[in-house]
Amino acid sequence: MTENIRISFRGIWSHKMRSFLTMLGIIIGIAAIIAIVSTIKGTNEQIKNNLIGDGTNTVVVNLSENDWEAEFSSGDIHEGIKPLDEDIRQDILDADGVESVSFYNSRNWADSVYYLGTSIDSASIYGIDRYYLDTAGLKLTEGRGLSEKEFQGKVKAALIDENLRTAVFGDTDPVGKTIEINSEPFTIVGIVDKDSQFEPVINTIEDYYMYQGDERGAIYITDTSWPIAFRYDEPKKAIVKAKNTDSMTVAGKNAEEILNATLKLPEGMNISYKAVDLTDQAAQLQSLTASTNAMLIGIASISLLVGGIGVMNIMMVSVTERTREIGLKKALGAKKKAILLQFLTEAILLSLIGGIFGVAAGLILSKIISIIAAIPVAISVPAILVAVGFSMLVGVIFGFAPSYKASNLNPIDALRYE
Amino acid sequence: MILSLRNINKSYDEGKMEVPVLFDISLDVEEGEYVAIMGPSGSGKSTLMNIIGCLDVATSGEYILDGENIEGKTDNEMSDIRNKTIGFVFQNFNLLPRETALENVALPMLYGGVPRSERLARAEEALKKVGLEDRMNFLPTQLSGGQKQRVAIARAIVNKPKLLLADEPTGALDTASGLQVMEIFKELNEKEGMTIVMITHEKEIADHAKRQMVIRDGRLLQGRDIG
Repeated sequence: MTENIRISFRGIWSHKMRSFLTMLGIIIGIAAIIAIVSTIKGTNEQIKNNLIGDGTNTVVVNLSENDWEAEFSSGDIHEGIKPLDEDIRQDILDADGVESVSFYNSRNWADSVYYLGTSIDSASIYGIDRYYLDTAGLKLTEGRGLSEKEFQGKVKAALIDENLRTAVFGDTDPVGKTIEINSEPFTIVGIVDKDSQFEPVINTIEDYYMYQGDERGAIYITDTSWPIAFRYDEPKKAIVKAKNTDSMTVAGKNAEEILNATLKLPEGMNISYKAVDLTDQAAQLQSLTASTNAMLIGIASISLLVGGIGVMNIMMVSVTERTREIGLKKALGAKKKAILLQFLTEAILLSLIGGIFGVAAGLILSKIISIIAAIPVAISVPAILVAVGFSMLVGVIFGFAPSYKASNLNPIDALRYE
Repeated sequence: MILSLRNINKSYDEGKMEVPVLFDISLDVEEGEYVAIMGPSGSGKSTLMNIIGCLDVATSGEYILDGENIEGKTDNEMSDIRNKTIGFVFQNFNLLPRETALENVALPMLYGGVPRSERLARAEEALKKVGLEDRMNFLPTQLSGGQKQRVAIARAIVNKPKLLLADEPTGALDTASGLQVMEIFKELNEKEGMTIVMITHEKEIADHAKRQMVIRDGRLLQGRDIG
């Protein structure tokens, strides 16, 4: 076998140009497939990160009414909606896929926040418990966190995030400054920022709106001081951190179930807890890109087929050229199998080398695509292995007919061939 | 007795017509003999050579080579016989152009399943016998005609065959190189006791053999000892 490989290498090498041109079809086919698969994978990971994972793997579970987020800033709150306590939090914590849980209140686009008489009307306000920062993936960058004393004593203290600091305070140090929330003064004690390295890739206007909320800035106060500024009986939401991106759906559903079990609502009242899960939406987007790219792979496969026919063609030529050699080898005692294997080895090697060049070209191509089109690409190792294996298979399939022809040559005719 | 042909007939199917080539040929060669078969082109000598070399089978008659009846052998068995029992020397050398002299000589052992290191050692030894130990790593294109034929002889004897079969071994060589080849044949025959069957159309070359016969129109005409 090693002898076959050595002889095949010599054969391929002695016709460098011809061998390269033969490989070209395979190189192009494999390169196209690698580039497409890398792009699909990259796009999918981008969707997964941007849309679902947000880099923190958190799922928000809130009350919804007729599929919309229920609004409780005014009006009656049904007594069947029970307040969320520590026991419920523990139940969720024990559920599958859940890493941590926090309960909180929030207002987006609060219009009642002022700093030095200027309205900060685009900020979000959160009334948080002790677990919120860890669960939501926030870390303190300056000052201190909310202390146990502040939680228990309903102290009007607040944390702000980096975006609000930039937007409102500029270069001045916000720690120690006072902001007004619904005319109540809250003292800023610290600044928080997202813990993860997550940087959303913004390609489209939809992406922009998705991350815009974060850009506006947020204020965090204790959930105990929340009723000072807002209504005291406002139902809380839950934020659940999943163990990983894949278990987000499970964690969200489990939290949803446990929370819904606390509801004692009459028939016909369409209020329930819902996990805001973007997995389905992401899967749809992913399948959309996958189906367009499946078509591209089909086209690339045709190129591979053409490449295979090229290999078959050149092997046929090679067999004819080497008719005398085949005759001689048979006269020297080579069996049919030995001749078959020799030519098959050459065909496989030819397509395998083409496949390896194709993988290299595909990786370079993916890199270029990612730079030019700003699409992230992810190198798929299984795809590379399959591509290399597939190119070998092309060699076997298209090399068999010429090799079989060679092995069945009559040695007398072959020796006489001019 | 190394080979024994009994009433061999051979004819080819040319479409609907059957073309007879060999008629009723009987020939015995003892071990250690040096035989020349002479004949003009078209006499059927190549066909006879192919049958003796187990490259072709007779239409009728019996062929026993080294105690084995060749009739009914499978393709693989014929390959094994060619590999182990027969060494071929051709008119136009038939060396692999991209392989060195050493690799060319080692080739038959590849099909006999000899490990590579032993193949190379034995090939080297065979090249020494034909006086080409200093040309081992030359490509055929770097060798003269006579040297190429000596490489081919080394390849033919490397498996220590019982029978050396030479088809016009000097046909493509000048007189001096031809004589050199004849010297090697003589040495192989006398010193190693190798049986040689040589086909040629040149009387001077045939004279080197110990026994000569003539084939004409498919019939073996005469066999006389000139020992």
